[in-house]
Amino acid sequence: MPAADLLSSQGLRLDGRRPNELRRIRCKLGVFTQPDGSAYLEQGNTKVLAAVYGPHQASKSKMSTEAVVVNCQYSMATFSTGERKNRPRGDRKSQEMSMHLRQALTAAIKTEMYPRSQIDIYIEVLQADGGTYCASVNAASLALIDAGIPLRAYVTACSASLGRRSATHEPLVDVSHIEEAADGVCLTVASLPSTGSIALLEMSNRLHMDHFNIVLTRAMQGCRDIEVILDGAVRQHLAEGWTKQDVITI
Amino acid sequence: MAGLLLSSTEKVFIVHGVQEDFRSDGRSNIDYRPMELETDVVSHASGSARLRLANTDILVGIKTEIDTPKPDKPDMGKIEFFVDCSANATPEFEGRGGENLASSISNTMQRAYHSSQAFDLKQLCIVEGKQCWKLYVDILILECGGNLFDAVSLATKAALFNTRIPLVKALLMDGGNVDLQLSDDPYDFKFLDVGSAPLLVTLCKIGEKCVVDPSAEEESCSVISLIVGITGNSKSYCADKGASNLSDVDIKCSTISMNGPGSLAPKTLKNAIHQGIIAAKVLDDSLGQALLRERRENINSMKSSYGFLK
Repeated sequence: MPAADLLSSQGLRLDGRRPNELRRIRCKLGVFTQPDGSAYLEQGNTKVLAAVYGPHQASKSKMSTEAVVVNCQYSMATFSTGERKNRPRGDRKSQEMSMHLRQALTAAIKTEMYPRSQIDIYIEVLQADGGTYCASVNAASLALIDAGIPLRAYVTACSASLGRRSATHEPLVDVSHIEEAADGVCLTVASLPSTGSIALLEMSNRLHMDHFNIVLTRAMQGCRDIEVILDGAVRQHLAEGWTKQDVITI
Repeated sequence: MAGLLLSSTEKVFIVHGVQEDFRSDGRSNIDYRPMELETDVVSHASGSARLRLANTDILVGIKTEIDTPKPDKPDMGKIEFFVDCSANATPEFEGRGGENLASSISNTMQRAYHSSQAFDLKQLCIVEGKQCWKLYVDILILECGGNLFDAVSLATKAALFNTRIPLVKALLMDGGNVDLQLSDDPYDFKFLDVGSAPLLVTLCKIGEKCVVDPSAEEESCSVISLIVGITGNSKSYCADKGASNLSDVDIKCSTISMNGPGSLAPKTLKNAIHQGIIAAKVLDDSLGQALLRERRENINSMKSSYGFLK
């Protein structure tokens, strides 16, 4: 049963957005000079940094002769959450997130192009306000483009929930922390919007099968909208003509 | 730090340049590289600062918590440092790779802030013996471009300057238990007095001379480096006009440590410490001016925040 308080009688969500509104996304490519590719992405109050190293020689234990090995690490800064987090990484949630990131990004990278090599993707969450997985996938996508690694398509991620207003059920796009904590369902989708395929689908809490389709469609639409934003950012970055790496730092 | 390879000729070039007080990028031995500093980058934290010193990028977040004071120090609060070397800086820091470096930096910072003349913990006391503030200083190293200790201490001082401590609105003493009510008003807070907080200065011995703010290439040419923690001057951090009447506080050294496989003659050590004190004075002064200017702009709502977007 969708939580009744996710949507007010005026049709506004807990943070004042309309059901079909994404949070403001601001991003920048080429934030650091050391990694091969880097990006910073803000989705509302969630702030994420992504760094990509590679492709470089794979460690013997991880090497594969057929395709490139994608290695992801998801780390949250200790000051990122409301309550201070004791360990930035290494706990079960971070490891699960790293695996999910790997799942989504491996689907997007043209892995057959770099056998015996490894691509490292490191995500650092500076501020967590819901949708950290989605922001991480989006930031990683930009960082991979900044590193010049060939992708099959943009990979974007978006979450969706279900709200109830009088008798109608309305899907809510881009779930924030306050909505996640309100015990509503949260469906996270990582997809390649140009091809329309889904790389990862994850859901928490309960959702009736009758409503599954509308929530999934909403999330997929959210992915397409985010792709437009990311594409615009990439084009603007290229139009600026230079990255930090081109400027000789003393 | 990632994949830095210098040929022996390049090393000789750097060493010879330093002897002449002329470094590869044109600086003198006591010049710092240009820095960018911005406070209040992370809104979830009580205070934060981001410092960019050429290639080095440090992000510091401060979180406050109510805690009981130590029984032998009932009127003093607590401060704890935690350093995290992010894998963004180099793949070697993945997982637990950066733990050695992180623990050495956090131990040095803990020692530097230990003295009450460096950072007065009495300002963190709420109810003597029962409740005090505990500050968690979380330092995130995003990129390593040489000279980590200096950058970390500068960013920490800026973040502490930016920290807002909520004011206590009501206090309920219930038979030994204290129940606090903090003010909900986001504009109801107090700032900390961090004027005397120490700044770490790294002096790298290259050949016979010592240089301040070594770049990564210069660090690889030196066998030993000295880290001195110098307390700041509260005068530079006071916005009042009456600040010029404050007497010049004696500069004190709160910690000294050495890093590297080499050794240092006592005379070189003394000269290096004096050099560090001079550099720290100038640095502290400029930091104070920049932070005061930012706070003024913030109050007048003239400050535009960039974070990582610029």
